[in-house]
Amino acid sequence: MTESLAPPSVRPGLLRRLWRFVWSPSGSIALGVLVAAGFFVGIVFWGGFHWALEMTNNEQFCISCHEMKDNVYAEYTSSPHFQNHSGVRATCPDCHVPKEWQYKLVRKIQASQELWGHFVTGSIWTREKFVDRRIELASHEWRRMKTTDSRECRNCHAFDSMDFTKQETRAAKQHQLAVDTGKTCIDCHQGIAHRLPQGGRDAYEAMLKTLASETAAAAPAK
Amino acid sequence: MRFLMFAAALGVAVLTFAIGSTAGPTAAEVRSLRNADPQVDLTPPDPARQDVHGRFDRAYRLQPPLIPHQIDRYQIDLKANQCLGCHDWSNAAKNGAPTLSMTHYLDRDGRQTDTVAGTRWFCNACHVPQAEAKDLVENTFKPSQSVR
Repeated sequence: MTESLAPPSVRPGLLRRLWRFVWSPSGSIALGVLVAAGFFVGIVFWGGFHWALEMTNNEQFCISCHEMKDNVYAEYTSSPHFQNHSGVRATCPDCHVPKEWQYKLVRKIQASQELWGHFVTGSIWTREKFVDRRIELASHEWRRMKTTDSRECRNCHAFDSMDFTKQETRAAKQHQLAVDTGKTCIDCHQGIAHRLPQGGRDAYEAMLKTLASETAAAAPAK
Repeated sequence: MRFLMFAAALGVAVLTFAIGSTAGPTAAEVRSLRNADPQVDLTPPDPARQDVHGRFDRAYRLQPPLIPHQIDRYQIDLKANQCLGCHDWSNAAKNGAPTLSMTHYLDRDGRQTDTVAGTRWFCNACHVPQAEAKDLVENTFKPSQSVR
């Protein structure tokens, strides 16, 4: 009430003054100083951005939610990706978050939906809810890996660096077949770090069909 | 003159080729610098890791066949059975794997089913990986054939 009665020459509010200060040209600071200061502030902000990105991109962050810790992480701890003869470990983001910056950023933005699920809807809050939705969640991951030719697997496992003669006889045969027929890792290796849900194979086939029909629908448009 | 030289060179070349192709040195004549016999066996060595050395015979007629490969990473539980990915009748041919016995597609009332019977779900209840292992305790078991 007092503001509307005050004469127009009165001092504006704090926010307004700050806004004007930020957006009016500097009268006394040299351009070089501004550029230099902007450069260093830029380093701090850009570094901070990446620091925050990395902070949310490690196992400790993933299992800070009970949904991950009690279900998928618990299963993963008995898989060879957690413990094996050579002592190399693949943690959650090694498989589930792309390494390349552009894909990584897209995935991190998509992951905000997972925050919604955790804090608002609680979509997999209990074991029962998780088990009910598991086939859908698994299908998402299978689809992601199929469409990227199992990019995250291939950060470590590349056909080029495989010595088929050192593999099990069956494995060598199947891998050669996979190279020849253009298969990707996830086509055979499902449920390697987490338990397979019921009807997993059928769900995978269904995902492949959806993918094929989507590509078929998208092809004539181009 | 130039033509003659060309003809001579051509003749020598043809002759050398003819001799080379008809009377090349045989393998027996080839000697290495240290007089080693180059007649080495050229069959490729076995793969470094050969896990399938053929299947073991059954010790008795009704023995469930042994598994000639590792199974420790396969999930066999209430939700999934990864053995069936290769051994189910619908996948066996394309994976070059033996099909389940058709007795495994009979439910407990003797009806034929298209999917493996629930009573046969847990493969490793009867089938175990084969291994060349010593008897843990002394065993005098003899298959029926040998005592007949």
